[in-house]
Amino acid sequence: MMAPPDQQAIIRLFGVHRRYGALNALTDIGLDIFQNEFVFITGPSGAGKSTLLKLLYLGEPASEGQILVDGLNLARISRKRIPDLRRRFGIIFQNYRLIPTRTVFANVSLVLEAMGQKEHLIRKKVHSVLRTVGLEDRDSALPLTLSGGEQQRVAVARAIVGNPQILLADEPTGSLDPSSAGVIMALLQRYHRRGATVIIATHDHEMIGRTRGRVIRLEHGRLLPQPTADTP
Amino acid sequence: MNRILKRALADIRDNGFLNAITVATIALAILISSAFGLFFINASRLMTLWQQGVRVMVYLQPEFADAAVEDLRSRLEKLPAVGKAVFISKDDGMARLKKQLKHQLSLLSNLKANPLPHAFEVQLRPAVRDWEEVADLAAAIQKLAGVAEVEYGQGWLDRFAAILRLFKLAGFGMCALFFIATVFIVANTTRLVLYSRREEIEIMRLVGASEGFIRMPLYLEGILQGAIGGAAGLAGLLAGHLYLSAQIDPGLLPSQFEVRFFPPALIAAILGGSMLAGCLGSLLSLRQQLKT
Repeated sequence: MMAPPDQQAIIRLFGVHRRYGALNALTDIGLDIFQNEFVFITGPSGAGKSTLLKLLYLGEPASEGQILVDGLNLARISRKRIPDLRRRFGIIFQNYRLIPTRTVFANVSLVLEAMGQKEHLIRKKVHSVLRTVGLEDRDSALPLTLSGGEQQRVAVARAIVGNPQILLADEPTGSLDPSSAGVIMALLQRYHRRGATVIIATHDHEMIGRTRGRVIRLEHGRLLPQPTADTP
Repeated sequence: MNRILKRALADIRDNGFLNAITVATIALAILISSAFGLFFINASRLMTLWQQGVRVMVYLQPEFADAAVEDLRSRLEKLPAVGKAVFISKDDGMARLKKQLKHQLSLLSNLKANPLPHAFEVQLRPAVRDWEEVADLAAAIQKLAGVAEVEYGQGWLDRFAAILRLFKLAGFGMCALFFIATVFIVANTTRLVLYSRREEIEIMRLVGASEGFIRMPLYLEGILQGAIGGAAGLAGLLAGHLYLSAQIDPGLLPSQFEVRFFPPALIAAILGGSMLAGCLGSLLSLRQQLKT
């Protein structure tokens, strides 16, 4: 079950806009996400869900407005501190985005290498997280030799191995069969129970129905009024 | 550092063909420019040896009085470039000539009088290395009273010195061109590697890798390419040097001269230059391609 959210906002958005030329992908988004919250961002395709996630880790800059992540103002963050910001997130991308030429182990260890961790610690942590996602015997496999569900589990392992405060998942079950999707969701919930904030962009209403969490609805780049309860 | 080196070596292995082409091109550039350098160094040493053996012959006017010999010797030996001035009377000169022409003495038999002038053979100080100094000395001697003509083999030595200067200029020019070419070759390879790995680099950034973490192995790759290419080029040059040295007839060169390879310090400098070119190539490419 979901742990009660701490009432301290870890992410705050004030009047955020994102424009691509004349197209408004996000318009006037104001939002608080609290520590240890489990949040779904939902809406039809093109609603701006993925764009909203990208703004949080500076995959793209906001065209207007302010975003605070754990006290960091993203509009003022220097280029040098962007890696610092991104290490606060674990990101699960829509299409896995694994490095095809690197083994499962190397894909996951990359995060810890980038953090400058010692080699023996990296080995220990990667094997531990691969055990958590059930891929301990596939550590030397290349991603393209794995099934979609297994690739997504590698992506989850990569996202959580650095023990980030916030987990972002963009359509994490979009291309998976129900059984694999269930495994992925269970992993995300398990990580949430360890105290992390989990934000999932999805249009899978069945999955939202089965999982407790706050639901934020987007349509045409605008936030729809939110229900007061934390159930859909 | 160990991890960065491992990643650089893995990258080189993963992009083997591109890296092999780059290393071969760097090796060729180093081979050609170093061959110029080696030729120049040996030719300069040969020139110095010839220069050290140069005797400036000072021929005196026919009316030169024997009594003035010591005075002229003293004035010659006061010139800074002169080590020793040996007087050769017209009779000594004829005796030397007869000795040199011992098989063609009939050529001299019809002479009614000795046509040779008195002369001084001027030996230079060892410190005199610059050919221009020899020319200046000859000009200064020419101005002395009683001197008719000064001869120091300037004709062919001047030409040799001019050719050597030309080689020196061409050598510097080629070294500069090859250095620039190496930088661009490495830059181009790095660009292709970056293009083939753009998705991987993007993922690295998204998982929080710093620019240093991404760039350092690529700089190291450039340095390694430069080092391997430079070493291969020098090895090729050494092989060529050993082969050609064995082919040269020792009788054609001064006895104290041997064709030498680069001294260790210069080998280190060439390798350093090659590594620098590799690093600059990577730097150039990364600055263009990895704008965040």
